[in-house]
Amino acid sequence: MAHTGRRDAPELPDFSLLKRLARDQLIYLLEQLPGKKDLFIDADLMSLLDRIANVTTLKQHEVDKLYKVELKPIVSTSDQLCFLIRPRIQTVKWIADIVNSDKASGRFRRYKIIFTPQKFYACETVLEEQGVYGDVTTDEWAFYLLPLDDDIISLELPEFFRDNFLEGDQRWVTTAGSALRLVYSLYGPFSKVYGIGRCAKMVYESWRDQVEDGEQKARQPEIGNVFLIDRDVDFVTPLCSQVVYEGLVDDIFRIKCGSVEFGPEVTSSDKSLKVMVNSQDKVFNEIRNEHFSNVFGFLSQKARNLQTAYDKRRGMDIQQMKTFVSEELKGLKQEHRLLSLHIGASECIMKKKTKQDFQELLKTEHSLLEGFEVRECISFIEEHINRQISMIDSLRLLCLLSITENGLLPKDYRSLKAQYLQSYGIEHLLTFANLKQIGLLVEQQPGETLTVMESKVGKLVNDKTAGKLTDAFSSLAKKSNFRALSKRLVLIPKSGEEYDLRVPRDMAYIFSGAYIPLSCKLIEQVLERDGWTGLEEVTRMLNGHEFAVTGGTNGTEARIKTDPQRIILVMFLGGCTYSEISALRFLGREKGYKFIVLTTAITNSARLLEALLDNHA
Amino acid sequence: MGYYCSFAALTCVYLQRHLLLTYLSLSLSLSLSLSLSLSLSLSLQWKSGVVKQLGWTVCDDLLCIQEDGTVLIYDLFGNFKRHFSMGNEVGQSQVVEAKVFHSPYGTGVAIVTGASRFTLATNIDDLKLRRLPEVPGLQGAPTCWAVLTQDRQSKVLVATGADLFILDYTSPPGLSPQATSIVHMCVSFSYKYLALFTDSGHLWMGTANLKEKLSEVETKVRNPPKQMAWCRRPKSQQPSVVIMWDGHILVAGECKNTISYHLEGVSILVPELDGVRIINGTHHELLQEVPASCEEIFKIASMAPGALLLEAHKEYEKESQKADEYLREIKEQNLLGEAVKQCVEAAGHELEAETQKTLLRAASFGKCFLSNFPPEPFVSMCRDLRVLNAVRDYTVGIPLTHTQFKQMTVQVLIDRLVYRKLYPLAIEICRYLKTPEYQGVSRVLKHWACCKVQQKEEADEVIARAISLKLGEAAGISYSEIATKAYECGRTELAIKLLEFEPRSGEQVPLLLKMKRSQLALSKAIESGDTDLVYTVVTYLKNEMNRGDFFMTLRNQPVALSLYRQFCKHQEQDTLKDLFNQDDDHQELGNFYVKASYKEKAQIGHLQSAVDEYNKAKNEFAAKATEEEMRLLRFQKKLEEEKGESLVGFSLHDTIRTLLAVGLHKHAEQLYKDFRVPDKRYWWLKLTALAEKEDWEEIEKFAKSKKSPIGYLPFVEICVKHHNKYEAKKYVSRVTPEQKVKAHLAVGDLEGAADAAIERRNDGEISTVLSRCSPSTDRALVERLNRAKATAAKK
Repeated sequence: MAHTGRRDAPELPDFSLLKRLARDQLIYLLEQLPGKKDLFIDADLMSLLDRIANVTTLKQHEVDKLYKVELKPIVSTSDQLCFLIRPRIQTVKWIADIVNSDKASGRFRRYKIIFTPQKFYACETVLEEQGVYGDVTTDEWAFYLLPLDDDIISLELPEFFRDNFLEGDQRWVTTAGSALRLVYSLYGPFSKVYGIGRCAKMVYESWRDQVEDGEQKARQPEIGNVFLIDRDVDFVTPLCSQVVYEGLVDDIFRIKCGSVEFGPEVTSSDKSLKVMVNSQDKVFNEIRNEHFSNVFGFLSQKARNLQTAYDKRRGMDIQQMKTFVSEELKGLKQEHRLLSLHIGASECIMKKKTKQDFQELLKTEHSLLEGFEVRECISFIEEHINRQISMIDSLRLLCLLSITENGLLPKDYRSLKAQYLQSYGIEHLLTFANLKQIGLLVEQQPGETLTVMESKVGKLVNDKTAGKLTDAFSSLAKKSNFRALSKRLVLIPKSGEEYDLRVPRDMAYIFSGAYIPLSCKLIEQVLERDGWTGLEEVTRMLNGHEFAVTGGTNGTEARIKTDPQRIILVMFLGGCTYSEISALRFLGREKGYKFIVLTTAITNSARLLEALLDNHA
Repeated sequence: MGYYCSFAALTCVYLQRHLLLTYLSLSLSLSLSLSLSLSLSLSLQWKSGVVKQLGWTVCDDLLCIQEDGTVLIYDLFGNFKRHFSMGNEVGQSQVVEAKVFHSPYGTGVAIVTGASRFTLATNIDDLKLRRLPEVPGLQGAPTCWAVLTQDRQSKVLVATGADLFILDYTSPPGLSPQATSIVHMCVSFSYKYLALFTDSGHLWMGTANLKEKLSEVETKVRNPPKQMAWCRRPKSQQPSVVIMWDGHILVAGECKNTISYHLEGVSILVPELDGVRIINGTHHELLQEVPASCEEIFKIASMAPGALLLEAHKEYEKESQKADEYLREIKEQNLLGEAVKQCVEAAGHELEAETQKTLLRAASFGKCFLSNFPPEPFVSMCRDLRVLNAVRDYTVGIPLTHTQFKQMTVQVLIDRLVYRKLYPLAIEICRYLKTPEYQGVSRVLKHWACCKVQQKEEADEVIARAISLKLGEAAGISYSEIATKAYECGRTELAIKLLEFEPRSGEQVPLLLKMKRSQLALSKAIESGDTDLVYTVVTYLKNEMNRGDFFMTLRNQPVALSLYRQFCKHQEQDTLKDLFNQDDDHQELGNFYVKASYKEKAQIGHLQSAVDEYNKAKNEFAAKATEEEMRLLRFQKKLEEEKGESLVGFSLHDTIRTLLAVGLHKHAEQLYKDFRVPDKRYWWLKLTALAEKEDWEEIEKFAKSKKSPIGYLPFVEICVKHHNKYEAKKYVSRVTPEQKVKAHLAVGDLEGAADAAIERRNDGEISTVLSRCSPSTDRALVERLNRAKATAAKK
């Protein structure tokens, strides 16, 4: 990156340990079923498994054939079947069907189910109800955390978002607590834990309960502070179009488990290419956090440098040439390859994103964020829907409109929904029901009713148990208060001023200088104030549930900012976007922090909204 | 039949016990009383069969072995615990003799029946009956027998006349020493040694495997002894046997000499780890080999370092200079450390507190002259002795020796105290010995609480408060265990009160379920945040309650409800519907039907149900939308039949587009009118559809049909998109002034764009046009633009 951060930034802990732990446990589990066996893997665990153990490792432990779980009858001839799955009811039911059909045809096999990261009682109930509980053995592969990069760890649980925030199903809370506990036991103890959101609080409590059973250790911590945040604290940020390189790559090509598949239009050959995008990729590492408008500049500079490096060989004698070939050439070639790949990707992005439509889309987004010319925005959205431009984008704009405006006027609410249904079909009635429930797309309520609701909920919250009950459905009464929040936290930089995207002055650069992401701003504020004091108004508008707890071990002397004190783990419950990660990296460079992002999954606007559709069973 | 038997108290892990006199009368009423431990006495009215043998288990429970082979177990306070049988075949032949024995595997019972068959169980807590083989050539009852534990097996050693048999369940090798008839035998505490008494008055001592003979002593007493017991201490080189007849006992060792003591009254011998207890109606004596250290120190005219140190200290107390002389003597031999060690050790063996003190003082005195003597042995001995003296007190009645205490460990001592309900003492000892809380104080308190909840006379409130007050700060207390105990005693209310104190709500759930407090269990499970636990309760409730009640319960617990809904979504769709029905959740029901409609093909019926539900839910919007969908569906179906176009499942937009694409303009028009499609949408739709077909003529007609609600820029753009600039140019003139520049640029007419921009004097637009100019552009045009820009800026 062009601007250098503070020199004294602390070192990040080594997260490859997490992978080693996971691999060792998996091998142990596979060895629990000795002999040749066929392994069935849940589709969404495939790329995950790729990061941990390759096919050769699996074969070494007597895995014969590998299959993807497709919920269809199987063709395996092996006498031992092993299933590596997420604890989902439909998958377990499918396995029970296999066992039962084997039984009916008089075939004897051994079955083993490995649930990851844990098994749920409901899954065992299914086995019991289907009458196969005694026929299968079950195990848990406690693989909670996948390090995607030096500073990103993911639980790779995209369903966390829907289950927790839409369905009110809290089964993943313990999982998140266990994940935090794992980080704590390897890199802790933490000196301070901050958080906001109902789920954050529950995860914090689950983690603390689990730690209390264990012993306290006196170890040099590698991670000082922890910040837990619920995705529903800030829905605006993930709904905005991403314009930072890494975010754009995710929006357009979809990064999966830290790797992305570039199609022929990028590779300029007839083959697709799967590449890892992380800090190991020297070229990518330099442009990932850049606003897209700078990327071409960087790439061409890079190309020139590369050329100069190549050019060095002119006028070399034999000896120099020899060292050049043996030492530098390979690196240069590698860099060359990556460079052409990213140039290809950028061109592809350019083609898609510099079109008129996209510019207008961005303009509308910015207007919505500023609360400026809202009527024009609504007509734009209307046209967007009418022309059937993009199902997800239309929905995204609708949600953005609703959040920024604290709900739609009843007239707009009805007419926009009706038009959307005309474009995309009746099944989106369910989508709208979901969006309403989660609070993303709601009708403006006459002011009074809401305050009554709020005070009612407020009263109940005082009572511990009752609080928990109403919590689950409090989203109904949730007001987004975006406008007031943005004013108080100064999320929208003053318009009219020139914003030099080459030399960003704040986190707003990730949205072309139009908006500082609320989630990241909150983190910045809390770290600066060392707690929530002075932010009472803000937390009230965010529905509360904030906390700041000093860790038990060495609370008093924590004032001194030692290195680990400046390493901050930010846990996003319900997913975070690459743009937010870029913003945090920027914040870290400015303030001398290092942020580690721990998320339930990497998300973006499309993934967020797709999770709320109801077309999948 | 007068029957006396006595039990030594509580000493060591394997052997034991209280002095307890048992009187079993012919009327079969049994009363037991502890004479040594005055604080404890028990009597119970015997109503069962004839008792053959009494014994104590390692857990201080009383075993009563009946003639019919039944064994009844009572606790220290005479409460019946359980019973088991030593086998069915015992029934007819009856138990003739029974023995209770102890081994590392627990307490065992061995019996011999009238048919001279032996049966034994090594551990009564894990009952496995072993019927031993018959003794070859045995007629009538065996003369005597004993139980041996060797090679991890329990065996029975039987004497019949002069023959000796070992019965185990593998093979019985017969072994026989030189004697005419064996009339009595006993096995040492460690099962290592065996002593045999013959009718000739000879005592044979040897190893229990009968391979080695230690000695043979002539006792000159011909009549069979009442009892025999080994008296030795661990590692001692001088094993000896105590033989008891009426009125006197005899101690015989390896040498030919024997020692004889007079005995008053009827007594009983109890062999123990480091000696023999001799117990009668009024006294309790301990007979043991004098420990080496005590012997060294207290032997007359002993010059052992310990003895000298004791002497030195005595002189020192008298303020005599002789103290120095004695000390010098020890120091010259470099034996002061040894002297201190001896004194500390001897103190441990002494039972009198005064002697203990004297010895310890001497040790402490000696320590002053040593620079690097480790303090631990001295300190821990002082501690141990304090504890031992406390439990030896007659009110407690546990006369342990130090060796036994060490073997037994503090843990077991605490257990024994807890069994006796001596909670305060147990707690004091824990605190004094600094036992970790969860092993010590907390454990005692838990036992106390478990006992407290059984006090029937006290009110629930009082007990709960008392328990919470006492247990308040103690670490590692499991209230759920105490509550379980209360529930077992039939005090459900108390159990619930106690559970309230349990900080981990997860721990409360299983008991609450057991007590059928399912509602409470559900809220506690939810509080614990453990969804698996919630689910367990939900499943339990589902099986336990009728459907209506079950749903009502869930309704009040949103967390459980959503969990169950998730489950039903995959497993039981119909239950889900019932659930919504029960809740009168018409909105969700409507959604349910909509979902069903696009999953299955019989759609209209489902949609009608959805409309009904939405109407009930007062969701007019959804009802209307669904009704329209039904209309659309009918239309699509009809058209499908008529024209063979596949339309079902398409949205309105897609349907119209398809119709336009295949040229069914009339039908498209109809939909446009029927569904009141916004003009803008229809224009966009038609324009795109026509452009797809490149039907330029139709587009032109369309453009002229009436004023375009979407303006004419889209016409321009769509033509350009399909690479038809010629057609595009036709519409440029009709574009509104605001969009003119854009339109000109779209068709690539820079000049036109420049004119339009300059005319409008719009700075931004002029810049846009300028940015599109390339070096090849006409210079004059660029200049014109720049000039216009300057004027525009001036304004």
